[in-house]
Amino acid sequence: MARTHVTCTINGDETEFLCEQDETLLNALRDDVGLTGVKEGCGTGDCGACSVLLNNRLTCACLVFAPEADGATIVTVEGLASAEALHPVQQTFLEGAALQCGVCTPGFLVAAKALLDHNPDPTETEVRYALAGNLCRCTGYDKIVRAVLDAAADMRSDGALTAD
Amino acid sequence: MEYLSPTTVEEASELLAARPDAEVFAGATDVIPQLRAGRAEPGALVDLKGIERLVSVSADDAGWTIGAATPTADLTGNAQLSAEFPGLVEAAGLIGSDQIQNRSSLGGNLCNASPAADSVPAMVVNDMRAVVAGPDGTRTIPVVDVTTGPGSTSLGPGEFVVEFQLDHRPARTGDAYLRLIPRTEMDIAVVGAGARLSFDEAGVCTSAAVALGAVAPTVVRVSDAESALVGTAASDILGNGDAMAAVAAAATAACNPIDDKRGTVAYRRQVAGVLARRAVTAATERALATNGAATDGAAANGVS
Ligand SMILES: Cc1cc2nc3c(=O)[nH]c(=O)nc-3n(C[C@H](O)[C@H](O)[C@H](O)COP(=O)(O)OP(=O)(O)OC[C@H]3O[C@@H](n4cnc5c(N)ncnc54)[C@H](O)[C@@H]3O)c2cc1C
Ligand code: FES
Ligand code: FES
Repeated sequence: MARTHVTCTINGDETEFLCEQDETLLNALRDDVGLTGVKEGCGTGDCGACSVLLNNRLTCACLVFAPEADGATIVTVEGLASAEALHPVQQTFLEGAALQCGVCTPGFLVAAKALLDHNPDPTETEVRYALAGNLCRCTGYDKIVRAVLDAAADMRSDGALTAD
Repeated sequence: MEYLSPTTVEEASELLAARPDAEVFAGATDVIPQLRAGRAEPGALVDLKGIERLVSVSADDAGWTIGAATPTADLTGNAQLSAEFPGLVEAAGLIGSDQIQNRSSLGGNLCNASPAADSVPAMVVNDMRAVVAGPDGTRTIPVVDVTTGPGSTSLGPGEFVVEFQLDHRPARTGDAYLRLIPRTEMDIAVVGAGARLSFDEAGVCTSAAVALGAVAPTVVRVSDAESALVGTAASDILGNGDAMAAVAAAATAACNPIDDKRGTVAYRRQVAGVLARRAVTAATERALATNGAATDGAAANGVS
């Protein structure tokens, strides 16, 4: 069957790719677009390593068919940092050693961004629920949760500074 | 497999009539894991999310219309629906993680026909109806009649659920859904229990619905529990009187569960009794808190 042509916006750039009609968005992003920050852990929606924002909604790319992305806006971990600086949550993961092997990290970062985008001051419980769809087999969740809470605090004080 | 994305119900019906090898999907949160696990591939996958009517939620004087492919995150994010039907919205909100919530739909949860589907007992106690489109036009059936066994439904070839209808709740009515899982998130129900009760001005129960999930091949209505509740005073229900002992016993008796890694038959039976009682208590508290009017549900608290 002819490959399908998909046009979408990924990390702010208009992007085109060709995919099989039954391919997952995870495969397309990794193999056709070359965004290998999107990880495959389970391929069945359980681990969150493939988390992306699809039309501003946190989604497992492994549970999306690639042709669904036509016309969509996608943000992957590669789109979190600006040219000048890491995203605050990337910075606090680094500072707090909230990763070991790093396979789960892109998914956690995208899920954390999704949380902080709509809840700038989450409680620890809210952070734990928001990250319940992301599994980590090495670091342990305490450091990850703390890094997200620290990032939230940094973003609030940065916001306060810019507002002044 | 071909990917097809119709934009109207009619277009989808025509596609499905022309392509008997096609299968519909909404969030694909069941479909993709099943395909990966080796389930037979359909010739074509018909994405229902491109049809506006299937991804919208609206209310009029009669009640709510919930598009069958609407992501459950849109239900938990709907303050009015959450206030009027906290039990239904809680049940929908229990499905998976935030990632899953942005994709999972009531139509998929129902038509995947897992005995443990969380939203189904809550849909059943709220007397929700499914509007089904097919080659012979549309028909409206009670949600409870859709699933016929694990993985099987009463939908005919080419039929799919367009939307769900939900009447506004009468005065002094509350609903609740509780489930037991081995952890707090991301697991499949060992037992799920939905309840909805209405009371008269004197605080006597005028109607009751109790339904269980994960304890039989399909959702089960516990009619003996319902008849024990009707005519009972709210104070007796909240005081765990005789009617509540009857609710627990009826729920235990209504189960036809299996043994699996999540629980034995005996454990599921006992938990069904306990959860049914707690769901009835939560629904009663909510009904009393609604103070009469059908649309003031903001008073309903988040018991879980
Ligand atoms: C990590 C993870 C966690 C999960 N946790 C839970 C949980 O806690 N509780 C729970 O109940 N489920 C859970 N699920 C299962 C699944 O997410 C739900 O059943 C969900 O509601 C399915 O909706 P969907 O739109 O993704 O269905 P899809 O996968 O799109 O479809 C499922 C089935 O329904 C059919 N179908 C879909 N829409 C229609 C329609 N409108 N008309 C007719 N047929 C239709 C499809 O053909 C398919 O057979 C989980 C899944 C994953 C991957
Ligand atoms: S790879 Fe998508 S959730 Fe695990
Ligand atoms: S750092 Fe290895 S899985 Fe999380």
